[in-house]
This record gives sequence, structure tokens and C-alpha cells, in this order.
Amino acid sequence: MTQRGVNGVRDAYDVVVIGAGLGGMTCANRLARAGRSVLLLEQHTQLGGLATWFRRKGHLFDVALHGFPVGMIKTVRKYWSKEVADRITQLRGIRFDNPQFRLTTDYTREDFTRLLVEDFSVPAATVQAFFDHTRSMNFYDDDGRTTRELFEEFFPGRTDVVRLLMEPITYANGSTLDDPAISYGIVFSNFMSKGVYTFHGGTDEFIGLLEKELLASGVDVRTKARAERILTEPDGRVVGVAVNGVTVGARSVVSNGNLKSTVLDLLDADVLPADFRTQAEAVRINTSSCQVYIGLKEGETIDYMGDLVFTSTAPTFDTDAMLAKEVTSRTYSVYYPENRQSVGRTAIVASSNARYEDWTGMSEELYKADKARLAEATLDDLSRYLPRIREMYDHLEVATPRTFERYTLHRGGSSFGTKFEGLPVSQNLPQAAPGLFHTGSVAIIMSGWLGAANYGVIVANEVDKYLGRGQET
Amino acid sequence: MTKDAIRQAIVDIIQEILPDEDMGGIELDKPLRDQLELDSMDFLDIVMELRKRYHIEVPEKDYMELNTLGSTIAYLEPKMANL
Ligand SMILES: Cc1cc2nc3c(=O)[nH]c(=O)nc-3n(C[C@H](O)[C@H](O)[C@H](O)COP(=O)(O)OP(=O)(O)OC[C@H]3O[C@@H](n4cnc5c(N)ncnc54)[C@H](O)[C@@H]3O)c2cc1C
Repeated sequence: MTQRGVNGVRDAYDVVVIGAGLGGMTCANRLARAGRSVLLLEQHTQLGGLATWFRRKGHLFDVALHGFPVGMIKTVRKYWSKEVADRITQLRGIRFDNPQFRLTTDYTREDFTRLLVEDFSVPAATVQAFFDHTRSMNFYDDDGRTTRELFEEFFPGRTDVVRLLMEPITYANGSTLDDPAISYGIVFSNFMSKGVYTFHGGTDEFIGLLEKELLASGVDVRTKARAERILTEPDGRVVGVAVNGVTVGARSVVSNGNLKSTVLDLLDADVLPADFRTQAEAVRINTSSCQVYIGLKEGETIDYMGDLVFTSTAPTFDTDAMLAKEVTSRTYSVYYPENRQSVGRTAIVASSNARYEDWTGMSEELYKADKARLAEATLDDLSRYLPRIREMYDHLEVATPRTFERYTLHRGGSSFGTKFEGLPVSQNLPQAAPGLFHTGSVAIIMSGWLGAANYGVIVANEVDKYLGRGQET
Repeated sequence: MTKDAIRQAIVDIIQEILPDEDMGGIELDKPLRDQLELDSMDFLDIVMELRKRYHIEVPEKDYMELNTLGSTIAYLEPKMANL
């Protein structure tokens, strides 16, 4: 059973994993199945990290289950179980509604090709060339181009096409037209193959099943266990972790916490080479999110309006406008009771991108007032689709960048890890501090449910190599 | 291990990673990626499985040796001969 706190932990493990986000959980499971002794520490009461949910008065809200790429089925099947993978289902309808166009799609390559050719009058050859080009992109051959330049090459002057191709990705990972083209290309092609998927039953059931697997694999899972320091020899080699005031020995440590916090807060300042610290300090974190959770009364149902609705009242695609506190762009995720038999009610979650700075440094009173304003504006906007919405709900709650920071300890409440330059810092950490690894959302491409889980696997392989064979703890 | 045993060992590993694939007709000198739905994550799994089962380390610079079944056998033969 998962235990709270660190009572009864062993003196030492092959691996201590700090953080039970999808990266940390997948890494821990993989290493335990490879025969390593693993301790998984999570500071919160729940596993899952940003892949989370909460219950309120008969409602159940998913925080980060809007959709993930088809690749998740294979990843879950390989590194978790077939039983869990079999519960992944495709979203039926993804809608766009903005001043430039209105459409519904299943977000597959076929359907996007049809839309681009028939509705947007883009030559079929251009569409195919664009898809092939993005599909061939690899994170190890960055040609230095920005996403803006990529779009300029294929669709010059077509702000409507850029909006269709970019807006969902900006929601999914906070990236902008100034981010590297490869980070866009990789994420876009992951989604743009066979559509967008969800977990039937919701995040709580998903994480619950993963937790069962972790325990079956022999991982020692602890919640309410906050790692305070990563302990090293003077030469930087990792020897353990201080957690809840207790020292636990470790031949290796994997941090699934925020990359900058791992390097700059959990390690003693003098263990790392100065230039590595400087490089880590320079890493930009991604932006954060606001969400408004709306729970409909028992018995209130709505007609199918799509699973995911990308709405905007901004004239064109504009990442600054998408981040602004005066929200003009929202994604509605609609959770119908069919997919949530355990609850039997409809929930709507409105998400928007947000800047941490806009929500901090103010009095509690102002903060509350701003949250209330966001809730009102969201209800106004939603009433364009559901005119009776104000009578239909009986629970409404707002999350801001501060909420995300509190629950995950991510600097700036970052929803999607770091910008691209975080990747080398994350990957080269073991050279600076032997035995210390980082996994979890970095560099846009390693983020999202699929990116984080796969990065967990990649790092598990590195840890397993580092530990070598024949001297298991 | 004999060459045949090595071949079987590799096929077993791939079969475990890709349970739905038919491993019967794999050709020795055609890239594995062209015959199976193998992605870069699967190659990592092969590397990790070789380490776990046979204590063999395949460094990153040698990953391209795993291109075909034939090249994989040839690459692993000296490492597995004494197992
Ligand atoms: C609003 C929102 C919506 C999203 N929607 C989607 C979506 O629809 N599809 C999708 O694919 N992705 C989505 N994402 C992104 C996705 O959820 C994340 O990229 C992914 O879950 C991150 O996993 P991770 O491994 O990086 O770990 P995280 O989820 O960041 O978890 C890190 C964990 O480490 C713990 N921790 C940190 N420090 C310590 C410490 N010192 N001691 C102990 N524990 C510690 C934290 O408490 C946390 O549990 C969304 C994100 C947000 C914020």
C-alpha cells in the first residue's frame, strides 16, 4: 500500500525518484521492473503531478485530461499494462470557433488534409509536404528555425491556416511562434496522426491503476514526502536524499520536480560546476494556466457539443492575447457522464494560458476579485454555446498560476516545463552530478502526458546503465 | 551462445516489446524498422532488455548496429559468445 510519510523506509535504495508525475512514475515503474529497488517520493497527498483531478460536492474535475496523442496507447501498454492501455479512447469531436473560421474535426491527418484543401484552399501538395516535413523532424537536428519561419515557408500570409495549425498546440504546451520549429513539428506530428485520445473513466481511475502497478512492481511509494535536499559527495556524486528530515541512501536519484528547482534548490550550490549552474539559471520556464471548473447540477444534461472546443474572439492568432489576463481565447473540455460513470454528471473545464506575473504580487482581496472576474467572463463566454449555463451549474471554481505552483512546486506555476534550452541541462545533469538524473516536462517536446512518460523511460534506461549489473542494493 | 540462440534471444526480446507483431517472416538484411512498427523507444527497450537479461551494454554510438536482424546478430555475437 502507498504510505504517507517516510516511516519504515529502508536505509538505502538503488534509486530514489523525487516526484510522482507521469515522468517520475513511469521511470520508477520501469526501473523496479528491471529489478532495481526504488523509493518514490511525492510531496502531495495524491500521485500524478499535473495529471490530476479533484472532487467537490459530488463533482469530479479533471485538470490536465484534455487530450493526448495516439502514441500514449503504446507507451501505456509497454510500460504499464494492457489493461490500462485498453481504456484509452478517441475523442469524437474537436471544434474550432473564432472570427476566422468555425469547424469540427477529428484531428486526424486525413481530416486535416481535407479541411486544408477544401475549406482553406491550400494545394494538396503543400499540405502533404508540410505534414511530411514536420513528421521528419528530430530533436537532435535543430536547424535553428522558428515556428514562425516554418509557417512562412509553407503558408505565407495565411494567418487563418497558422491559427488552425498552431492554436491547439499553444494550448497544449504554451509554445509560441518564436519557439524552435522542431518543438512545434514534433508535438504537432504526434497529435496529427490518428487523432486525440482520452482515458475512459478519467484521471483518478488512470492514476489509481498506475499506482496499483507501481506497488505490484515493488516500488516503495510514499506521499506527503517532500525531498528537501539531494545529498552528494564533494565531487558531486549522488549518495542520498533528505526527505521529511530523514536521510535515505541512494545509488542514484531521479528528480521529476521542476528542472530549475532540482538544480538550483535541491543541490548544494557548490557541487555543480559554475558554468552548469549559470546554464540552468538561464533556462526559461514555460507559461502557466488558468482554469475555470464548472460542475452541472444533477440531472442537467447538455447535447453533445464536442469534446474539446477551441474558442477565441481575438481577430487572429496571437500568443500575447492568449496569455493576457483579459482572456479572449479559451479551450472548453466537456466531460459527459458516459465517460464518468462513477460520477454521472457533466463537467466543463475552461482552460486558458496565463502568466504567473499577472496573478502574483497583489493583495488577497484583489486576487479573489480577479478570480471572480475570470469566472464571470467565462460564464458570459460559455453562454454563447449554452445560453442557460448560469442556471445549470451548482459548482464553480477557479485555478490560477498560483494554484499550479502550490500543488506541484513548479516555479512560476509552469504548466509545461521549460523552453527548449532546458533539454541539454536536463540531459547533462548526470555529467555534472554523477548519479543524479532529471525527468519530466522540459523543452516542450518532453512534455504532456506522452512526452513526460516517454522521457521517464528514456531516463530509466540511463539510470539502469549507470547502476550497472551485479551490485543491486 | 550459438548464432541461432542469439537470433532467438533477439526475436524473443522484440516479441515481448511488440506482442502484436508477427515475428515469423523477419528478413535478416532488411531494416527492422521497415518490417515492424519499431520506433526509437522500442530500440531503447531492446537495449535495456539486453542489459537486464545478458548484462550487455550497447553504447549509444553503436545503436545503428541494431539496424537489421543480421547486423544485430553480428554485433552481439562476440559479446554473447561466452554466455
Ligand atoms: C492545465 C493543464 C492542462 C494540461 N492538459 C494536458 C493534456 O490535455 N494532455 C497532455 O498530454 N498534457 C497536458 N498537460 C501537461 C501534462 O499534464 C504535463 O506535461 C505532465 O503531466 C507533466 O508530467 P511530469 O512528469 O513533468 O511531472 P509533474 O506533473 O510536473 O509532476 C511533478 C511531481 O513532482 C512532485 N514534486 C516536486 N518537487 C518535489 C519534492 N521536492 N519532493 C517530492 N515531490 C516533489 C510534485 O508534487 C509533482 O507531483 C496539461 C498541464 C496543465 C497544467
